[in-house]
Amino acid sequence: MSEHIIQFDKVNKWYGNNFHVLRDIDLQVKTGERIVVCGPSGSGKSTLIRCINRLEEHQQGHLTVDGVELTDDVKAIDDVRKKVGMVFQQFNLFPHLTVLENLTLSPMWVGKMPKKEAEEKAMEQLKRVRIAEQAGKYPLQLSGGQQQRVAIARALCLKPKIMLFDEPTSALDPEMIKEVLDVMIEMASQGITMLCVTHEMGFAKAVADRVIFMDQGQIVEQNNPHDFFNNPQSERSRDFLSKILGH
Amino acid sequence: MSAQVFQTIPPRPAPIKVEGLVAWIRANLFGDLRTSLGTLAIGAVLLWIVPPLIQWLFINAVWVKNYETCHAALGACWGVIAEKYRIIIFGRYPFDEELRPLIATLLLMGLLVLSCMRLAWKPWLGALWVVVFAIFFTLMRGGVFGLTYVETSLWGGLPLTLLLASLSMTMAFPIALVIALGRRSNLPAIRSLCTVYVELIRGVPLISVLFMASFMFPLLMPQGFNIDVLIRVLAGITLFAAAYMAEVIRGGLQAVPKGQIEAAATLGLSYWQTQRKIVLPQALAMVVPGIMNNFISTFKDTSLVTIVSMYELTGSMGMALNSDANWRPFKIEGYLFIALIYFVFCFSMSRYSRWIEKQVNKSKQR
Repeated sequence: MSEHIIQFDKVNKWYGNNFHVLRDIDLQVKTGERIVVCGPSGSGKSTLIRCINRLEEHQQGHLTVDGVELTDDVKAIDDVRKKVGMVFQQFNLFPHLTVLENLTLSPMWVGKMPKKEAEEKAMEQLKRVRIAEQAGKYPLQLSGGQQQRVAIARALCLKPKIMLFDEPTSALDPEMIKEVLDVMIEMASQGITMLCVTHEMGFAKAVADRVIFMDQGQIVEQNNPHDFFNNPQSERSRDFLSKILGH
Repeated sequence: MSAQVFQTIPPRPAPIKVEGLVAWIRANLFGDLRTSLGTLAIGAVLLWIVPPLIQWLFINAVWVKNYETCHAALGACWGVIAEKYRIIIFGRYPFDEELRPLIATLLLMGLLVLSCMRLAWKPWLGALWVVVFAIFFTLMRGGVFGLTYVETSLWGGLPLTLLLASLSMTMAFPIALVIALGRRSNLPAIRSLCTVYVELIRGVPLISVLFMASFMFPLLMPQGFNIDVLIRVLAGITLFAAAYMAEVIRGGLQAVPKGQIEAAATLGLSYWQTQRKIVLPQALAMVVPGIMNNFISTFKDTSLVTIVSMYELTGSMGMALNSDANWRPFKIEGYLFIALIYFVFCFSMSRYSRWIEKQVNKSKQR
């Protein structure tokens, strides 16, 4: 196996016939690498990471995740999804289940773990995201920041090798962003491979090994955070950075 | 101007609501000129309607089983119920064997009430249904254990209504689930099959489905092969109800956000696990009122089986009075009586649905 856990090789994707959302994407992610993906809306950054666990399918090129190439093969998709956790902008917790049930669902039904063991492991994860005391509540009874931390704990219950974050703080009140970022920063220190779509530049500076800037379906520029923020190479990224940092 | 110092305001209880009858009447019935006029107008109409109604229903009513007194009276003739209730409730079932449908009906009602309770939602409930329906059919049909054989065409009244309603509802529900899921399937063959089913059934009235089940089906079958008409009619009502219910459930399925299915996919759940654990619980919780609507209308639609010569409650009522010239004029009383029976069942169902809604919406309470 190569040292690259994720490998995009000339990946293309269209929505409908005319919207070319990913254009010749070439990207290699090393095991344990922490990547922040940014760019204007509609640039394809969410689609890019959603291809990694096949929530979106690519139409051309090759995409390999941890040695498994993603195709129409359902077994391969299942295989990959077991290794990839995901956190969504809108949390997507299951509102009819308690926090604890949200976490134990997959270990019990997919992993065939006994209930007691699943609950113990779930409580560990809840402690890790500092929300154990809310285990018996329903998601809608929690604040947005708490819900997102539950969502992170739920993804971690599967012991994923890769974590995908799709704008995890964009739906949060400003006061709650920090509590979620703190959890993510702590995760980053534990060696898990992370890809995060976000505009939290503070987070990017603090934990990212690499920042990828996308526009119109293409990777325009990628660099380490220090150089990307202080010395952007392309006109487009300079323009983008001035807009998000300038206010 | 000096700088303002921020001071915390301690929380106070909400203002006390004015209680008491007089306060309520003043607030709700005579709040302003328009509501006062409305109250007076409605009051006048009630004064005009209610006293004569009470006179007819109770004061001038005849309660004895004597049709001559009834003919002479100004009020309702409840004697007709006292005289005919056995035929109304049990139809053409042999008079001497009446205890059998009575026990069968009570057992079935007991089962239905029990099934509505939380304490009964255990795996044994399914087994209990099988047992109770086995006893029900044995009692009604006879031919074993020294019970005389009674053919299904003689079954009638309330036992038949309850049998048709409860069995068709319980069987229609799982069929409706499958059809609703099928209409959202990714497989074109399954999707079109389910769509065709729903559109075909919805395109015809229940009466024609019953006619086909009752009269046309035997013609299409080879000689000597026959299924009891009761079963055919039951299947007809079930398939009919399932098509409508499937659309109600599909409405619920569509209201579950796509993100829920995506989250389930990222957690590795299979299609059926996702449907069972994530999609259906949320979808069904949203369509409880619609499903109960289906149940209630199915319950009342069973009265249509009269046209294929099965005398359930409504049919037996008509039969009981039509066959007796002396009592024939008192149909209004007869219909009021069965209307009351239907109302008791339908109203209980709608109250029960409110309770279910509360149960399934617990997760949404703050």
